[in-house]
Amino acid sequence: MSAMQTLVDLLAGRRDAASLAPRDWDGVIGVARAEAMLATLACRLEGASLPPTVAALFADLRAAAQVAQAQSLWEAEMARRALALPGIEFVLLKGTAYAAADLSCSAGRQIGDLDILVLAPDIRRAENALLNAGWEWVKSDPYDDAYYREHMHELPPLIHKARDRMIDVHHTILPRTHRITPDALALVSDAVTTDGGFATLCPADMAVHCAAHMLADGDLQGGLRNLWDFHCMTRDFAAADPGYWGKLDGRAAMHGLRGATHRAARLARDIYGATLPSGWNRHDPADRWYRRRLLARDDWGRATDFPLQQAFYIRSHWLRMPPPMLARHLWTKWRKR
Amino acid sequence: MRHHARIAVGPVQFRIGSDWAAPVAALRQLYAGYPPDDARPADATVRLFAARPWRRVLRPAVHIGGDFVVPDALPLPLSMGLLAAEMGMNLQVALGWRRHMLLHASAVARGGRALIMSGESGSGKSTLAALLGEGDWRLMGDEFTLIDPASGDALAFPRAVSLKNEAIGEMAARVDAARLGPLMAGTPKGDIRHLIPRADAIAAMHEPARPALLIFPRFGGVPAIEPMGEGEAFVRLTEASTNYVALGEAGFAALTRLVRETPAFGVSYPDSASGIALVEQLWAEAAR
Amino acid sequence: MADTRYRAAPAEALRIEALGELTAIFDRRSMQTHLVVAPMPELLAMMGDAPCSAEALAARLAEQFDLDGEGDAAAIVAERLAELAALGLVARA
Repeated sequence: MSAMQTLVDLLAGRRDAASLAPRDWDGVIGVARAEAMLATLACRLEGASLPPTVAALFADLRAAAQVAQAQSLWEAEMARRALALPGIEFVLLKGTAYAAADLSCSAGRQIGDLDILVLAPDIRRAENALLNAGWEWVKSDPYDDAYYREHMHELPPLIHKARDRMIDVHHTILPRTHRITPDALALVSDAVTTDGGFATLCPADMAVHCAAHMLADGDLQGGLRNLWDFHCMTRDFAAADPGYWGKLDGRAAMHGLRGATHRAARLARDIYGATLPSGWNRHDPADRWYRRRLLARDDWGRATDFPLQQAFYIRSHWLRMPPPMLARHLWTKWRKR
Repeated sequence: MRHHARIAVGPVQFRIGSDWAAPVAALRQLYAGYPPDDARPADATVRLFAARPWRRVLRPAVHIGGDFVVPDALPLPLSMGLLAAEMGMNLQVALGWRRHMLLHASAVARGGRALIMSGESGSGKSTLAALLGEGDWRLMGDEFTLIDPASGDALAFPRAVSLKNEAIGEMAARVDAARLGPLMAGTPKGDIRHLIPRADAIAAMHEPARPALLIFPRFGGVPAIEPMGEGEAFVRLTEASTNYVALGEAGFAALTRLVRETPAFGVSYPDSASGIALVEQLWAEAAR
Repeated sequence: MADTRYRAAPAEALRIEALGELTAIFDRRSMQTHLVVAPMPELLAMMGDAPCSAEALAARLAEQFDLDGEGDAAAIVAERLAELAALGLVARA
């Protein structure tokens, strides 16, 4: 059995950690690290019967994840202080939002940049407020900068000069050039507030965004973790609200992301054993390519299936841009290599 | 991967995979005296690989991969595969280890008490530790020293010592040739040759030692000893630590305790002999 | 601006250790370590729980250390407060 399969079996709870031979952990630890999910696994297996050195490593990772998560939430707090002055409201997205809302998927979750959503009319003022509060442009080349401003769904990334942390300011959740244009106003106006006073997307929008981020906006890199987020949040939201799947379906349709959201649900079922209601529990032959891409890693943690990776890379750009623009973009990027 | 080895250095179990036989064979030779624990799962993975299959044989270039990688790092020629392995192992520890506070420092111990030397490369901390380790000190490590946040103790990471340039001749004159690895001339870091620590240092690698003296060596200039305040030592050690920030409050507590309980000195020295003499003098007069 | 009011970080959020001439402040919320010199620790200690302005703080400092309350003490305190705010150790109230 491949290490990737063992990893997802452990996460899904289909396999008992005690049934692994000591050396099986080599591959599991390697691929979990490569997927940025080792601390997630460490949290999932807290209290399980593990070889002593693995238990010690997992305890280290849980402690480190707590520190890292506090740092990420602090970035949100500093953004709040910076944006409070001009009175700009913002919504936390992705990992920081999951941590702020204390979702189960945030246990051990690695959080990279701070992602926030502001309404498009506020974006210039948000940019100014952040620049005044110590963020600065990541030095990039003019092509990338112009590309971001004209076509992407976010400002070029800003980095804080003292804390060395990045912030991505979005004004919608998919690039402007993408064929699908989600309703950004609805995302912001229906946002909910966490106990700590941060705004996050409402439960249905959060899962739609998670699916969009994984399937409509990317080449599926880091997809296993995004799928874990999707799986945990839909399971927990549905447990708290019996009407959740119906709301999710309606919201996904409203944002034009029904296909991506349904596919994410099916992949969560196939990979993490999610149980889906009848309207969702379908089969699509194309899903197998996604499953293959998500699990394409050998026991040394190396990405395998190079042609499939490339196919998804091109596909992700294809989704984001009209074809002539895609050709121009890839040409500019390739020339620079 | 086609060729692989498992090595335990201090508390870290490595798994090293390679597309070529030579780097793994060289590693096995260097670490032959380290107690193996083949059943133990690896904490860290290092991969030495060819970017394209044909580059295994055609102008082979060794890329360094693993759990953590340096983006855009240049590959090394196959003749420097051992250096690539060393760099890969260092990188995994520097970026991945969380159990202890990691100091970019060498250390030696005597009577259960540790002398810790922290400095940039070129400060001579490695050479001083290697020389002391041939005397009546136990070599704890030439590159990393681990501090246990719970106890405040120093723990050893006695990987094979990476001797550079003049230090190679200096050590080769003192030790059995069987303890030296192959000479790698003209690497990006100069000439490099590895020294296998003494068997007693390897046997004692799990024994903690109490930090007793902190030295910040500086190679060059007239011999001088400068006492260092707690604040400055703290700042320098945060800069010398690769995981201080990641440890959160545990790191803060460990570091404040270390600088409060351990006398610290800056030491300038023009050559190894005077460096050793100053260190021994401080140990006799000031060590806690 | 001397009339901007700030609130200090709650005491339980900070771990403050004197290290000779420096003071190391660990902020449990941000996991950051700040190394500061006088009068930063004194200023923080003096702020207490209530929001206060640079003017009010300058007056308190003058009283406690028997300083001359005249001059640009408030402006200097305002600068220090802005620095502490950039570190996140105080926030606009």
